[in-house]
Amino acid sequence: MWDHEIKAMASSHALIASSLFLATVVPAVLVQGFSVYGTHLLWLYSVSGTVSLVNISVFWLLGVSPPTKKHSLGYKLSRLFRSCIYFLLSCLFYHTVVVLYGAPLIESALETFSLAVLLTSLTTLRCLCVLGPNVQAWIRVFSRHGAMSVWDTSLQITVACTVVGAWVGAFPIPLDWDRPWQVWPVSCSLGSVIGFLTGLVAAPAWIHYHRKQLTYKCK
Amino acid sequence: FTADFFSTLRQLLILSLLLWVCVVFYVGIYLFVGGFLLVRLEVNRTSTCGDVLHPGEEQGDFCHVKPRFRRAVLLIIDALKIDFARFDPTNATPRHYENKLPVLEETASSRPSHSRLYPFRADPPTTTMQRIKGFTTGSLPTFIDVGNNFASSAILEDNLIHQLGQIGKRVVFMGDDTWESLFPKKFYRSLPFPSFNVKDLHTVDDGILQHLYPTMVSDDWDVLVAHFLGVDHCGHRFGPDHPAMADKLTQMDGVIRSVIERLENDTLLVVMGDHGMTDTGDHGGESQKETDAAIFLYSPSPLFPKLPFQSEPDVVPQTDLVPTLALLLGVPIPYSSVGQVLLPLFPPHGQTEGAVGGLSQLEALWINAKQVNRFLKTYSGMAKDIPAESLSKLQDVFSRVSSDYLSTVGKGQTPSPELAASLQAYLTSVRDTCRATWARFSPLKMAAGLAILAFACLLCFILSELSCVLIRENVLRAPVVAALSVGVCVAAGQLFTQGYIEVAWCLAAAALSSELLFLWRAHRVRTSVVAGNGSKAPKRANWLTLRHLLVPPLLVSLLRCASLLSDSYVIAEGRVVTFLVFSLSLYIPIHLNWDGLLLPPSHDPLKPAGLLPSPALSPSAVRKESSTLVACLGLLVGSLYLSLSFHGCREEQGTCQPSPFLSPLSRLQDNKLKNLHYVLSLASLGLWTYLLRRWLRHYGNLNSSGGTVFTARVILPLLSVCLGLHWAVSATPEDSFRNLADLISLAQLALPRAAFCLLGLGLLLIWLDPLTVFVKTRTVAPARGSSLPPPRYRASTGISPQAELHHLIPQIYQRMRRSLEDGELSGGAELDSRPAVEAYGLGTVYSAPLLLFCGLLGIGLLLLHPEGMALSFLLLLLQTGALLHIHASSTALNSGFDVPWTPVVLWSLAATQFFHATGHLPTFPSIQWNAAFVGFPGGHTGTILPASLVTLNTFASHILFAAGCPLLLFWPLVCEVRGSRGVRAVGEDGEDAVMEMRLRENPQQFSSALLQLSTRYLFILGAQVFASVCAAAILRRHLMVWKVFAPKLMFEASGFLVSCVFLLIGVTLVSRVDMAVGRWFKRLLPDESR
Repeated sequence: MWDHEIKAMASSHALIASSLFLATVVPAVLVQGFSVYGTHLLWLYSVSGTVSLVNISVFWLLGVSPPTKKHSLGYKLSRLFRSCIYFLLSCLFYHTVVVLYGAPLIESALETFSLAVLLTSLTTLRCLCVLGPNVQAWIRVFSRHGAMSVWDTSLQITVACTVVGAWVGAFPIPLDWDRPWQVWPVSCSLGSVIGFLTGLVAAPAWIHYHRKQLTYKCK
Repeated sequence: FTADFFSTLRQLLILSLLLWVCVVFYVGIYLFVGGFLLVRLEVNRTSTCGDVLHPGEEQGDFCHVKPRFRRAVLLIIDALKIDFARFDPTNATPRHYENKLPVLEETASSRPSHSRLYPFRADPPTTTMQRIKGFTTGSLPTFIDVGNNFASSAILEDNLIHQLGQIGKRVVFMGDDTWESLFPKKFYRSLPFPSFNVKDLHTVDDGILQHLYPTMVSDDWDVLVAHFLGVDHCGHRFGPDHPAMADKLTQMDGVIRSVIERLENDTLLVVMGDHGMTDTGDHGGESQKETDAAIFLYSPSPLFPKLPFQSEPDVVPQTDLVPTLALLLGVPIPYSSVGQVLLPLFPPHGQTEGAVGGLSQLEALWINAKQVNRFLKTYSGMAKDIPAESLSKLQDVFSRVSSDYLSTVGKGQTPSPELAASLQAYLTSVRDTCRATWARFSPLKMAAGLAILAFACLLCFILSELSCVLIRENVLRAPVVAALSVGVCVAAGQLFTQGYIEVAWCLAAAALSSELLFLWRAHRVRTSVVAGNGSKAPKRANWLTLRHLLVPPLLVSLLRCASLLSDSYVIAEGRVVTFLVFSLSLYIPIHLNWDGLLLPPSHDPLKPAGLLPSPALSPSAVRKESSTLVACLGLLVGSLYLSLSFHGCREEQGTCQPSPFLSPLSRLQDNKLKNLHYVLSLASLGLWTYLLRRWLRHYGNLNSSGGTVFTARVILPLLSVCLGLHWAVSATPEDSFRNLADLISLAQLALPRAAFCLLGLGLLLIWLDPLTVFVKTRTVAPARGSSLPPPRYRASTGISPQAELHHLIPQIYQRMRRSLEDGELSGGAELDSRPAVEAYGLGTVYSAPLLLFCGLLGIGLLLLHPEGMALSFLLLLLQTGALLHIHASSTALNSGFDVPWTPVVLWSLAATQFFHATGHLPTFPSIQWNAAFVGFPGGHTGTILPASLVTLNTFASHILFAAGCPLLLFWPLVCEVRGSRGVRAVGEDGEDAVMEMRLRENPQQFSSALLQLSTRYLFILGAQVFASVCAAAILRRHLMVWKVFAPKLMFEASGFLVSCVFLLIGVTLVSRVDMAVGRWFKRLLPDESR
């Protein structure tokens, strides 16, 4: 039914996943002393930057984002501006949530914020790309009958996987194993990236196997 | 009056079911704890030099006899396993821990009359603290030694260090700082080094080595104790088979050699391990690898008889060190020692002249036997845990042997070797009896306890899932009958076969049989129900599938249980629970959104109308409701976050600072800070009281003149005033108002006692007269609302038109409604001749007394806490309110009154969360003992009162949440009037607020929902207890078992017991209200309408 779209999604997800992989490998080659644990923030920003860039360009090229009614430059600029604001707000939101979950408030605030940036670029940015700067639409997407297209369903799956991954990533922190990946926020960011990758794989697969049941009201 | 009678019967059935479930849980916990926790009473008597232990010798001073040795060096190498000490020259490829201490075997074989090496068997628990206690007191320390001083870990029992100090020996200590906490101020000189960091192999050892040799050379000591920790820490960190262990043991070899070189003739050297280790380097349990340490005895002067002693022991029990050392050094054997002197170190009878002073074997044995017998008599007078028949048997043996000995010595005969042998046999049997009582896990009991607990959890779950079916059947009678008969049968069987009854096993059999019978009956009932209504069968049959069980709330509960199996999570429990509460409360709006209930349905014209259920509410109502939900969530999250700042600190948490609010005000030095804290506490207390009263007034529950209303109007404010004054008085520095000292001390006594009395009175009034309904007849008081504030919801009227009009109670509603309409609406169609009736507060008739009960109880519990905890209690109130509101606004009412799992799990997690947020921790040192002295500054005479005060303090949060548990059932009804979510059967005009009267309309559903709620709560608490029991059973060899898991088990189990009691109290209060409401209706209704 939507074979074409599923294929497009699978390939774009493969592209994003490989860019994630590259974002880990390329700095390791270029930067002296780079490691995921040791220079965690560097890795984190490289991953979130790459994912953001690739996401934006992929969705731009595919033309998934909702058609805008106006085409004036001013309108586009204001959309862009609103998107940036939402991105920033989402970072702050994630930061707050993570602190409420028990992250240290003052010390290692930079690490916490970096995690928030990562989460934002893995989740909110996708929302921005697919749905545009419209919080109401974002909230509505995450309901049982909220998905209006294949992309919405994949958005649901990837975002849920990322958030659950970050949540699960917090589990090993209290353990007394003294591993480098237990340091805040390494396990959480690793968890969210792993969750995101799982989501990338799971979304097309799930949609493919459930394509008979899926009905979208309006496309 | 059949309806009322049936409802009473149903309430009784609920109560008895809950009681039965609790009892089953209790039996399981009792059995497990009986098999796992070893308890012993401490005897606080000390031996003195004046104890006449010698027969025939009139001199009273034991200590003036010249001892065998003047000085002794005790080198304790922690975890020196016997395998480490042995030396096997034929072993060509020794492992890292083998053949590294050649000095011991070399000396023992080259100078056999100077030294010996024995295996040295410790008793479980093989943890360092218990072992130090063991080989200084000569007793068998258990996990809990019940002494009169819980708060400090200092040894109060008579011990070797104390005895040495008594006769003026200078004891110098260096090494593991555990000794310093066990023997504070007992040493002549003490050089403790931090032992906590298991990863640190060298600090303690290097510290000792710096001071050991200089001390030995100087003449400033009589007994030198050096406790090395490196080997133990190496085992914990790397395991025994590691190069680091080889290095460590080689270092110890060097140490022993240098010590031997520096010894003088009058000095005894003891090198010993306190316990062994497993192949992974752990210890704590009772396997032979953990218990078998090594002991090496050496003296530069000949110590052992030339001829090889006939009965050279294979293994030396650890308790034997104490009497041996005591008699060799010439001090009395500590009072509670149950050890036996090590015979090879004493010369045989008749050879004492050759030796340099000291006692002969027989004399030593006699002194020892007499001391042990004295201890046994004292102990059996205090505690009853040693079986009576074995006691009397031991007594017989002793009297026979002692008469033998006395006659032999009296006649001056050479004693026969049999005498020594029978004395030895006596001592051995005493030790074995004691060990059987105090130092052995009972795996059978533990397994039985586990099984009973597992079945009880399952039973709770089934009861909660099938509550509406089971409440109709009389499911309880058969299990109870079975329990009684099986219990009696087992008891009779025991009486016949063994001659005495073991209560634990009778209880176990009874509990198990009743559980199994109940499960079988539940299964029968279920299948019959499934067969009865075939159409509903698939729906009923799949309630135990995986999909049904793996819903997020149960998953969170599972995570919580799993976290109890890891010591790190138990240590960080406060944060872990907060994390889980936060996660689960975030899940609620996400889930609602997933169901499309959070936002008003989009006004998309393209959307087909049939796909979604047609919205029952206008978008604005949904929006309002959602914003309330989000606001409550914000409040909940805020209180969660703030509650983190009231936590205490465990010693395992290195860089943790305990909350500043935990210290009582009187300890604060800064006056400004003190005032600030006081004002904050007072404000929170005031807010607590105000919110309670505000709620009651809002729902019109403050108008009548009953006991509960009196409590709310008078006693509640008075209690808060009392509490505030009490804080002020107790915070006053003692020297500031010298002339008022008498008054202050009087106030310190009187204010809390007055508060206790007020609290008791208030609770009693609520209990006796829980009704808060105010009825007004219009003809009597026509000027309505002039004196009283007009309550928002006065009358609970309204009933759906198709309701059963034949039923009695709806008739009353109808009548009241009619009379109301008569008054309110002009020209009502149904004019009635009866006087108009108004009922205030009928809508919250159930929740008002319960809420007031919990509120009062909360203030009472706050009295037992440090002042700063008022803030935390306020957070508790706010969080509870937020939780209830979230629950209310997320529950769709149309499916009966069932409380879903999510709020119940949240409720139970919040209980644990506030256990931590009120400054408590599941460790014994963190118990707030000050609570026992609130209102009793002079101390107590009994133990029951202080114990219950401390229990109330410790489990305050468990108590409040358990007693308030039925609120979860009422709150959606209370909030019903605020607009409802989802599809709900509301009356045609929105003003009809039936609220809690719905419960009266469906008494059957009400009962089953109450039963379901309580069993769900019990299930979650019970699952936690089961998890911590499992943790203790599985991890009984774990390094942290006595530090983390066993205390956690104790706290979890006691918390469960307390929660059960208060849950029952809460449910009983609800059923009392129910009965009172029934009576009230009866009174209201004239007789003719029957």
